[in-house]
Amino acid sequence: MTEYIIKNGHVFDPVQGIKGDKKDISIKDGKIVDKVGSGAKVIDAKGMTVMAGAVEIHSHIAGPKVNLGRIYRPEDKLFTCTPTKGHERMGGGNSIPTTFKTGYEYAKMGYTTAMEAAMPPMFSRHVHEEIRDTPIIDEGAFPVLGNNWFVMEYLKNNEVENTAAYIAWLLRATKGYAVKVVNPGGTEAWAWGLNCLTVNDPVPYFDITPAEIVKGLIQANEYLGLPHSMHIHPNNLGNPGCYETTLDTLKLAEGFKAKNKFGREQVMHLTHTQFHSYGGDTWANFESKAKEVTDYVNKNKNITIDTGNVTLDETTTMTADGPFEHHLTGLNHLKWANVDVELETAAGVVPYIYSPNISVCAIQWAIGLEIALMSKDPMRCFITTDHPNAGPFTRYPRVIKWLMSTKAREAQVNAFKHKDKVLSATSIGSLDREISLYELAQMTRAGPAKSLGLTSICGGLKPGMDADVAIYNFNPEKPVANPDDIETAFSRCAHVFKSGVEVVTNGEIAATGNKRTLWVNAKVNDNPQVMRDINEKFLKYYSISQANYESLGHHFVPNPFALEVDATHV
Amino acid sequence: MTKAIPDVICPFCGTLCDDLEIIVSDDGKKILEVYNACVIGTEKFMHSQATDRVTRPRLQQPDGSWKEISYEEAADYTADVLAKAKKPLMYGWSSTNCEAQSVGNEIAELTRACCDNTAAVCHGTTLIAVQDIGLPSCTLGEVKNRADRVIFWGCNPAHAHPRHMARYSIFPRGFFTGKGQKSRKLIVVDPRVTDTAKMADVHLQIEQGRDYELLNAFRVAFRGEWLPDVVAGIPKEKIYEAAQTLKEGRFVIIFFGMGVTQSLSKNHNIDEAIAVTKDLNDYTKASIMPMRGHYNVTGSGEVFAWQFGFPYSVDLTRGFARYNPGDTSSIDLLARQEVDAVMVIGSDPGAHFPFKCVKEISKVPSVCIDPHLTPTSGVSKLHVPVAFAGVEVGGNAYRMDNVPIDMRKVVEPPAGMLTDEEFLIMVRDRVKKIKGVA
Repeated sequence: MTEYIIKNGHVFDPVQGIKGDKKDISIKDGKIVDKVGSGAKVIDAKGMTVMAGAVEIHSHIAGPKVNLGRIYRPEDKLFTCTPTKGHERMGGGNSIPTTFKTGYEYAKMGYTTAMEAAMPPMFSRHVHEEIRDTPIIDEGAFPVLGNNWFVMEYLKNNEVENTAAYIAWLLRATKGYAVKVVNPGGTEAWAWGLNCLTVNDPVPYFDITPAEIVKGLIQANEYLGLPHSMHIHPNNLGNPGCYETTLDTLKLAEGFKAKNKFGREQVMHLTHTQFHSYGGDTWANFESKAKEVTDYVNKNKNITIDTGNVTLDETTTMTADGPFEHHLTGLNHLKWANVDVELETAAGVVPYIYSPNISVCAIQWAIGLEIALMSKDPMRCFITTDHPNAGPFTRYPRVIKWLMSTKAREAQVNAFKHKDKVLSATSIGSLDREISLYELAQMTRAGPAKSLGLTSICGGLKPGMDADVAIYNFNPEKPVANPDDIETAFSRCAHVFKSGVEVVTNGEIAATGNKRTLWVNAKVNDNPQVMRDINEKFLKYYSISQANYESLGHHFVPNPFALEVDATHV
Repeated sequence: MTKAIPDVICPFCGTLCDDLEIIVSDDGKKILEVYNACVIGTEKFMHSQATDRVTRPRLQQPDGSWKEISYEEAADYTADVLAKAKKPLMYGWSSTNCEAQSVGNEIAELTRACCDNTAAVCHGTTLIAVQDIGLPSCTLGEVKNRADRVIFWGCNPAHAHPRHMARYSIFPRGFFTGKGQKSRKLIVVDPRVTDTAKMADVHLQIEQGRDYELLNAFRVAFRGEWLPDVVAGIPKEKIYEAAQTLKEGRFVIIFFGMGVTQSLSKNHNIDEAIAVTKDLNDYTKASIMPMRGHYNVTGSGEVFAWQFGFPYSVDLTRGFARYNPGDTSSIDLLARQEVDAVMVIGSDPGAHFPFKCVKEISKVPSVCIDPHLTPTSGVSKLHVPVAFAGVEVGGNAYRMDNVPIDMRKVVEPPAGMLTDEEFLIMVRDRVKKIKGVA
């Protein structure tokens, strides 16, 4: 493999504590190294910002609901189609781009790892087929477990060990990465057209509460010592006053400590926090409770969060929170798609237009930014748009602009139709913090990598780590003349390296790299009871055979990278 | 000693049963018995064993006779035809695996082809309706475990999806449906007294082509509003009664087929059927599902969608994907004589397209990739027989509810025969060479 040395760049690497110093980065055999030979190819990064490849912790980019979005929204392709070009296959789509375009767009912005945030276990083969067709970036997928019949039945009897054994089996069968929870209990209730709006609403028939499911899954996750923590989308998403449910959910993590060999410190990751930080009791007195939520998170070190920034675009919402999407179609009257998945989960899809002329949308925009700006520890608060729910991931450069520049935020606030309402319902007007490049590297690289248990692999530029490097045409020594320059610089990288291969040069795809599928192989002691239960459920209640459930082989996971976990000693 | 292969997937219809047991001979070369499958599925497996099978590509000669050629020659011919055409049509894809579909899409991209699957003459109208109004749906296991109100509208699973009712929709005893058939009310809407209709608790024998009106009447009836005495040939009392039955259910599922998608009003029928489902969700839980025909037509739509953004009738001639059914759909392209080459795979338009279009296939350079001798293979210039997907080669397929199932290889194909994917890879590599792409 070609050796590279990146010279003269301003390096920002929280893993090593480098804050913009000029430092050479050497790449050899796919890894960052101390030194390379004199024949190494020199990349001159003079006047540029050098960071590790960014890590996406929560995004919906592959699988049945994403593709349902593509199928049922031909209008999303309007004026967005790109032709075959050099290394690039055809692409199309704005909020739900085709798989090829997804890979290219992430890479061009300097992202080299991304997590698909909700994989219905029964559809894992579909998720992996799409992951295979998403070039360049490493990907993992989180199977959803918060409404799974096995989990609910075991946890009703407090059987954490059995839950853990089931999770280990499921991760192996679906080549999954982490334990995802979406509207615990509520989505099962949705199978009867109902919902669970607080952590104490009992789940119909299963006679368990969301709180018990969440606590049990935290315990099972730590019992196994998985790389990532339980990753939660709590109950009552998106409703005025939902922040109370969010705080109730966060409190469930109290007293739990992370146990794992990957350097992860949190036991709960709260995702798209923006959607869970609403006050008021109607849409008329809708207001921000970002402070209440971030205050709690700041004080409790066993929690990490991501923002879920609204980008003020037309987009496509999609979530395993089936009842929420039904609620949403009732609000905006746009087309509603839903898929209930036997024994496991559900999903809904509804298009949504975040209009700057609607006060609620503008307040949502402010809340997302408030969360990032009010968070005291950038290693525990990550930037996402919950793609495509709050906006397409291609808007990250714009979100970065808003976070790095009060001027840019002011300009946007002034452009809102209901400016006064936004200023009175939020504190966005009084926040003058500007995120630094070092903090940005924490929020998009080192932080999410640590939360995912990938500290030793990606998110930093320490020798020994994967050579995932992004070089931005952004000079940290020069004052920013126009905030839009930030957006331009972060939209297209000068160079991107993925596992030591130069995949982007001057904003264009230079190679399609060596894409991997990340999954977690957890070993547990033999558990005949769980195996018998699995067998029984397939015989009686699933509509496919157990033997046909697994994702395997070259077609689905052509280039796997397994993180090994041994939980047999417990 | 014979060998039994369990959990085999049936590559016939969209029901995609995955509980077949196939008995093969000791040497693993011959299928002896097929258990658990319906008659059509059994026949599909047994048919592969025919001794008079065509095993090598054949090129039609000017005098109408066929000359056997090698796969290499066939790949040369196919690549040449596709690469040189201005607007080739690549149609079918519904009876092959997703691996082959994926390679086919690469070829389509290189040759700027129009790509289409059998949805164009089947559930394409459903997809248009879904693009209008959405689709509240579920997996078939949800139906098995929960549904207590089942509607078959314009479809006849007793014949077209023979094991659907036994595996998912009527007879199985699921988690919340422990009494099986007794826990479900079956409503069939069909102008004919089909074998499915004969099993129904309520058969609404609708006037032909009046589906939209009856669906609309249901929406009126849910709201308890006024209806004329007779709608679509059904007395209003029966409609009010059926509407009440649905509202009182815990979980309603509507299955629909060609009777509504390809009869008068087409996609508008489905619009209304989906609106009925949405309305029912205000009272109870309801889902709707198209009864997809070919075992992997759903998969073809999925692969098209994640690679090109649209589920069928995709036109790549401008170098990027466009979608406009009626303009970019196969029948219309052929009827307007717009295409100058045709490749058909995993489908039989010769038996199902209007005669005018079939004639067009016979006029232009045409390739038919299909294990069987079909009307399409008969009119094509080149017939490339391939291994049976799902019998002689595995690969991924999507059930009618979009659940992907990895098919199993049961026996080897006859010596020297290629699979769809292998043949298409040969074509792709040749097209790349012709086009000068690395």
